[in-house]
Amino acid sequence: MSANILLHELRQNRKSILTWSTGLVVVIFIFFSLFTSFTKDAALMNDVLARFPEELRDAFGLGNLDLSSVEGYYAFSFVFCQLLMAIQAAGYGFGLLSADETELRADYLLSKPISRANVLTSKLTAALLSLLITDLVLAAATFSAIALFRGGMSYKPAAIGLVLLGGALFQLVFLSVGLLLSLLVRKIHSVTPYALGLAFGTYVLNAFSGVFQDVKLELLTPFKHFDPGYIVRYQALDRPFVLADLAIIVISIGLSYWLFYRRDIAAV
Amino acid sequence: MRVIEVSQLTKYYGKSRGIVDLSFDVEEGEIFGFIGPNGAGKSTTIRLLLSLIHPTSGSAKLFGKEIASAGAGLRKDIGYLPSEVFYYEDMKVIDLLKYSASFFDGDCSARISELSDLMELELGRRIRDLSYGNKKKVGIVQGLLHSPKLLLLDEPTSGLDPLMQRKFFDLIRQENARGVTIFFSSHILGEVQRLCSRVGIIREGKLVEVSDIRSLQQNNYKKIRVNLRGENPITTDLQGVSNLQTENGLAQFFFRGDINTILRKLAAADVGDISIEEPSLEEIFMHYYE
Repeated sequence: MSANILLHELRQNRKSILTWSTGLVVVIFIFFSLFTSFTKDAALMNDVLARFPEELRDAFGLGNLDLSSVEGYYAFSFVFCQLLMAIQAAGYGFGLLSADETELRADYLLSKPISRANVLTSKLTAALLSLLITDLVLAAATFSAIALFRGGMSYKPAAIGLVLLGGALFQLVFLSVGLLLSLLVRKIHSVTPYALGLAFGTYVLNAFSGVFQDVKLELLTPFKHFDPGYIVRYQALDRPFVLADLAIIVISIGLSYWLFYRRDIAAV
Repeated sequence: MRVIEVSQLTKYYGKSRGIVDLSFDVEEGEIFGFIGPNGAGKSTTIRLLLSLIHPTSGSAKLFGKEIASAGAGLRKDIGYLPSEVFYYEDMKVIDLLKYSASFFDGDCSARISELSDLMELELGRRIRDLSYGNKKKVGIVQGLLHSPKLLLLDEPTSGLDPLMQRKFFDLIRQENARGVTIFFSSHILGEVQRLCSRVGIIREGKLVEVSDIRSLQQNNYKKIRVNLRGENPITTDLQGVSNLQTENGLAQFFFRGDINTILRKLAAADVGDISIEEPSLEEIFMHYYE
């Protein structure tokens, strides 16, 4: 790994870390500022929700949530955080190597006396650190929002911690799959549509999986694998899914090294 | 010592041609010109030497080492100036140059300030605010700051004004005087003629000729222009005559062969005026592309 590339990439990511962290903090605080009014009418709320068609509740991930508990409410709001986290991680993944090529800086970097494996390792580490910083900000925002708004209600910090840990692994899936996909196409002209496509695509797949109950499309999407509702209810990660995802992460990254090593860097 | 050895190097991008069966050598301390029109395969050749792309077949050595197996360390002694220069747009020039220097051993800061003074490059400006010519200057400085032993220059002068071009050529000559080998690709023949000792001509991916600049000019063609008052004895039937143009008694043509055959022909004619010149590289070059 090269410290100079790592530092350079982290510096390049400064704005994006700030933007996504702010976004997550805002989401958490907006949701939790409404928590008190939610719990006040919790019985009513749960009653209303119970009247909704089951498919609709599933589509919004409300199927097995108790919105009157801190954990349940957090799981409900965390789905929106996941959407942002997926976009951020997929963006890093798609852009990790392709941005240099699109903006024609790849010739600059790769003509330096440094191996491609080294370049990829350094950039990957920078992306992982960027995600880690974002996740730490999210964790800090989570626990301060809960402390501020829980109104004396008790909760299980371990469950919240597990949701956050799941979130971090969830991001790795998007990072590694985005990276692999970026190396499978000849040229990515703009990272944003790819990142949004992957994030929203998998999100919608999860949402709709509740609607078409026979077709098990949800098996494909990390939104299902890391369903915060499940994690809160069982106080555990959905192990088979998570193991499968870990395998996907390892395989995607391994393949990416191989593809990048063999790649013809696109010129003008 | 041979700094560059290219042997039967071939590159296809899918089905489209990059270069085909290219073989040539560049000796240490040479300024080698690589001429061809856009799309001939000049950039492809340079980018193959840098392992930015991988050959379909054939091989190349730099400093006597196979590029395919030598590893990244080989590029320590190479300075590269791409034809299109793009960098991190939001960086300041000085930060980009420092970042470039961080890939090499030793302190390059003295060299950075020396080179940017020479090229009149403002170090405090952001890359995105620079004109094309100024970006090119950044490219020149970052290609030279680690004092490489081999310079791969891909159309280095495009975007530079004539004054800067001259400074740049002086710089290249200075580097060359220190023993640096220079591989200079261009489609502008005048500059190659001024700078290079040897030249390779590439056309549609194939090397048409590798030759001394002098012998290319001297041994081959003469450009003859003659003003005739009477009948014109020169025709294209005559062996060695090409590109004949006649207009109002003025005949202009290229001649290759024993000059006496032409002089005897002309001695019999009524000649008003005559000039026999070395053709410019440009004119020779056009000949290869007919």
